[in-house]
Amino acid sequence: MRIPAILQALLIVGFGASIASAQDRIAGSLTIYAATSLTDVFEAMEAAFVEAYPAVEILLNFANSATLAAQIRAGAPADIFASANELQMENAVESGRVDEAEVEIFAHNRLIVIVPADNPAKLQSMDELADDGVLLVLAVVGTPIRAYTDAMLASHNGDYGEDFDERVLRNLVSEESNVRQVVARVALGEADAGVVYQSDALGAVADQLITIPIDERHNQLASYPIAPLNDAAAPDLAEAFIRFLRSEAAQTILAGNGFCWPAILENAQATEATLAPTLESTDEDEAPEIDCEAATIEN
Amino acid sequence: MKRRQLKTDKLLVFAVSAFAFLLLAAPVVLLLISGVGSRAWEGLPDSATILSAAVLSFASTLAVVCLAAILGTPLAYVLSRYEFRGKRLISLFIELPIVMPPAVAGLALLLTFGRRGVIGSLLADAGIIIPFSILAVILAQFFISAPFYIRSAQVGFSSIAAEIEDAARVDGAYGWLMFWHITLPIAWRALIAGMILSWARALGEFGATMLFAGNLQGKTQTMPLLVYSVFERDINAAIWTGLILIVLALIALSLSQWLARAQDKMN
Repeated sequence: MRIPAILQALLIVGFGASIASAQDRIAGSLTIYAATSLTDVFEAMEAAFVEAYPAVEILLNFANSATLAAQIRAGAPADIFASANELQMENAVESGRVDEAEVEIFAHNRLIVIVPADNPAKLQSMDELADDGVLLVLAVVGTPIRAYTDAMLASHNGDYGEDFDERVLRNLVSEESNVRQVVARVALGEADAGVVYQSDALGAVADQLITIPIDERHNQLASYPIAPLNDAAAPDLAEAFIRFLRSEAAQTILAGNGFCWPAILENAQATEATLAPTLESTDEDEAPEIDCEAATIEN
Repeated sequence: MKRRQLKTDKLLVFAVSAFAFLLLAAPVVLLLISGVGSRAWEGLPDSATILSAAVLSFASTLAVVCLAAILGTPLAYVLSRYEFRGKRLISLFIELPIVMPPAVAGLALLLTFGRRGVIGSLLADAGIIIPFSILAVILAQFFISAPFYIRSAQVGFSSIAAEIEDAARVDGAYGWLMFWHITLPIAWRALIAGMILSWARALGEFGATMLFAGNLQGKTQTMPLLVYSVFERDINAAIWTGLILIVLALIALSLSQWLARAQDKMN
């Protein structure tokens, strides 16, 4: 069957128009529930996404992943959930509001020890976290960062004695509700040390902190799953945002904020992000590079 | 016609009132019901955590009430008896914590008594670190709750006619003697009501404690902090602790109101 030329032309114009207006048609409000450690990177993602889709308004709700999962379970109106570990995403899946098939890992992160820039406890290495009188601050039990931290500490027991993790936890003076509050406590100089994600030691607080690297054999690879909610008010927007996270632009933003994109792990690309100076290299020129390819995936 | 208008007006007022009451009462009642419904007391989870939080809450709030009475009573007396320049400004500062967001209070305390704080850094040089200790819990609770006592005591003292104290002075009762035998016996209900009120406020204190004192079981984790720390992990423990706090608050509030009424009747 031959399609009349005029109809063909119409079809082509129509198609073209529909492609051209795809970005304009994506409009509305998108509510994202994201782990606290994603604060900076998702604010950057929001800016980039809204630049591409000017008619979109993004509402970001940051809290520790356990709190977010509990809120989703309780019926909170979210379109997307981005968790800092798989356990809390599973909790969301169990609530029936997230389809397991929709869940994908979009970023990775690593742990790092932070101390205030003037290092009041004169900490030089990991094993000194167990020294008497160190004021240690961690996130509260139940949060992803705490689960990773406990696993990381226990992993050191072979090196520093089998009760190393217990001795470190004896120095615990406060359990903060999320990882950013751990950063704030250390940056303020109230605590001597904290364990956070490497991405938290970047940005505005970097010059208030010194980092102590964690041995690759013991460091944990944090995985960030993301999924749309199956009762999302804006399912198209949610899909568009998650698709955007897979783009090269998003990958650059992730890397710039100290995260590793799953693809980076494969391609072993260098990143431009710089951490707070480590003890070994307080020289800013030698600021360490974010290093994810060395990550050992444990689970 | 006019009568009917009056009737609908009345109906509207009652309907809005009922709605407002429901809005305020429903969450508390539903929390009670869900606690009873899930038989929270049977599956009392991790009772050691709740117990240590309860002990910490009681110890710290007791200290706060004593501190408020010792430091707040003279202040309230001065404010109710003497006129001086800047009195209004002082009153404003004393009552500010009542309306101040507790998190802001916590930040202010941190900047004052924190390790890098103005006073805290001096203490740190002497080897005293206030944050992360029960001292910090007490300070945070005192800061937020003492104004309730001071205000109540001030009202109590003001209700005593100056002539009564003047007459006592004529009879040779001065200073401490007069306060003990004349002022206190008249104003005690207001003082106790204020103590109970500030105790209840201290018991519920969350924001300033979290920011200034931190959150660690057995050290600084009071009952409100426990509720916040475990609610997504152990909802039963949160409900349980919440129920205890609500019952205590109810008792404290009714006691305080009863005493305040008794004081009013006396005068």
